[in-house]
Amino acid sequence: MATRILIPTPLRPYTDKKDAVDADGATVGELLADLTKKHSGLKAHLFNEQGKLRSFVNIYLNDEDIRYLQKEETKVSSADTISIIPSVAGGVETILDRDRGTRVKNSTGGGAGADRELPQLTNDEIKRYSRHLIMPEVGVDGQRKLKAGSVLCIGAGGLGSPAAMYLAAAGVGRIGVVDFDVVDFSNLQRQIIHGTPDVGRSKLASAKDRLTAINPLIEVETYETALSSENALELFEPYDVILDGTDNFPTRYLTNDACVLLGKPNAYGSIFRFEGQASVFATKDGPCYRCLYPEPPPPGLVPSCAEGGVLGVLPGVIGVIQATEAIKLITGIGEPLVGRFLIYDALRMRFRELKLKKDPDCPVCGTHPTVTKLIDYEQFCGIHPAAPESAPVNVQNNLEISAVELKQRLDRGDKLTLVDVREPTEYQINRIPGTILIPLGEVPRRYAELNKDDEIVVSCKMGARSAKAADFLRSVGFSRVLNLKGGILDWIDKVDPSQPKY
Amino acid sequence: MRLGPAVEAAIRKHGEDTYPHECCGALVGSADEITAAVALPNMTEEGPRRRFLVRPSDYRLAEQQAGEKGGELLGFYHSHPDHPARPSQFDLDHAWPNFAYIIVAVAAGAAGDMTVWFLKEDRSRFEEGELNGDKNPDSDTASTVHG
Repeated sequence: MATRILIPTPLRPYTDKKDAVDADGATVGELLADLTKKHSGLKAHLFNEQGKLRSFVNIYLNDEDIRYLQKEETKVSSADTISIIPSVAGGVETILDRDRGTRVKNSTGGGAGADRELPQLTNDEIKRYSRHLIMPEVGVDGQRKLKAGSVLCIGAGGLGSPAAMYLAAAGVGRIGVVDFDVVDFSNLQRQIIHGTPDVGRSKLASAKDRLTAINPLIEVETYETALSSENALELFEPYDVILDGTDNFPTRYLTNDACVLLGKPNAYGSIFRFEGQASVFATKDGPCYRCLYPEPPPPGLVPSCAEGGVLGVLPGVIGVIQATEAIKLITGIGEPLVGRFLIYDALRMRFRELKLKKDPDCPVCGTHPTVTKLIDYEQFCGIHPAAPESAPVNVQNNLEISAVELKQRLDRGDKLTLVDVREPTEYQINRIPGTILIPLGEVPRRYAELNKDDEIVVSCKMGARSAKAADFLRSVGFSRVLNLKGGILDWIDKVDPSQPKY
Repeated sequence: MRLGPAVEAAIRKHGEDTYPHECCGALVGSADEITAAVALPNMTEEGPRRRFLVRPSDYRLAEQQAGEKGGELLGFYHSHPDHPARPSQFDLDHAWPNFAYIIVAVAAGAAGDMTVWFLKEDRSRFEEGELNGDKNPDSDTASTVHG
């Protein structure tokens, strides 16, 4: 079955000056194989050394680019016409600058531009990185790219810890870390960049010490601030790759949007309980986080790790995947996790991969973006809906009770029904004496166990889940429901320091 | 390659008009005589100060127009704003064989050196051609300064 292939001017010397030739095959790939068999001079110009179509070679089936069909698997018939159409591209920098730069581009972008001179490796570095250098895929050139490269880790927590440590060990020349927290005992189960003596120190100071101990030949920059719409672009600008190790939706969307606006790839990871996710977002032709999730889930629907827990080794796996992707992006080797969403299930020990497509209607990276600058992400995620400022304060007082007030009222002998809406595992760790346990998820079917006329105090770990339970109870007719402000953590701080915190 | 003064002036002017961005366009003619320069939009998404890209649709148009003018597509021209008129690694990576690549250096808004290059058959490098019988004597010096 012969299909007609139109040949562009520069390739006609290889087809006996003909502007159209016939080739046989059921798919575009087969046709091109047959074409290059018949006209062998074409091969070097159509395919690269790895046998892949060169990025500036466009193959059209009739009027459609096969990239948007099934690529080389696209079926063809004798009625179709295939056109080989050049993209003609170029730009400055001289041919003497043989070394490729480290600015990360995706495969169809046409290769990384030599935006800066690659630094030479010192003898110390050659010794340190020898296991990289002897692999041709990395080699001296790849190591020099790593040395010239930079990664900004958002967060020095579960994901940022292993990622930054491996990036430092691998010789990424400049590693930035953004965080504003202090090391807490509850971090040590997974945030391996910090040690027990670091508890109470700033996470950045602790992280910097650890990274410098691993590799004193790299630069570590720390930014003691909360990432915000005001500072994100400025913070991201000097880095090649952004590594999203955030644990909340506002920062995740902020990181994504800032990456898209700046054209910087986002090595994304997230973790919850026993499951992790990873992908590379915001490359030029790849999807972004918003192509997958245009809108955040309603606040509270997806619990945080502080509420739901997380297996300590899980961020080790995901953070290291993120670091792997960052290294691949910088060195330009392998197949980046672009357009693929990796899901890791630690309990079943399985990896699944979902295909992701760039959404042309994506509000930030689509063809007609509606988000063209950074917005208020707290509000976008419904965390702090712009509440009317005139809301009377006493209404709040009727809905909430502080730990100290609760203690005073219990001591006075007031008749209060205490309902703890946490999970049984949490209840095992600490509890306010006399509380009934009804986990939040069970409240809708178990509220009949409570008396509508009683005064009820609902509590959880920090006050968010119990606020939801309180709202629900009021909606089904409970008139006197108080939410314990600050949850059991505040209770332990202010009333009963003998109990353990988690 | 031979290039009439009007065509040469058109390429220089295009480079000056788009400065500090790169300009690009098609070269039309026959054999080694360039008879027309067709300006094309620079569609790069990587920053037009250092890159140019001719879309497939514009390429088709250029080839079609070449036929209509009774000639053929001989190659493309582009400018190097504030850089010498020598091809870059990026140019080499994206080059097509059998095309003439004319580069015009535009320094501080004024067009200067103009050179022409052809991709070697093994894609290893560009070879400089002669424009109106004159190999540009300045280009080597310029690249040394830049490098």
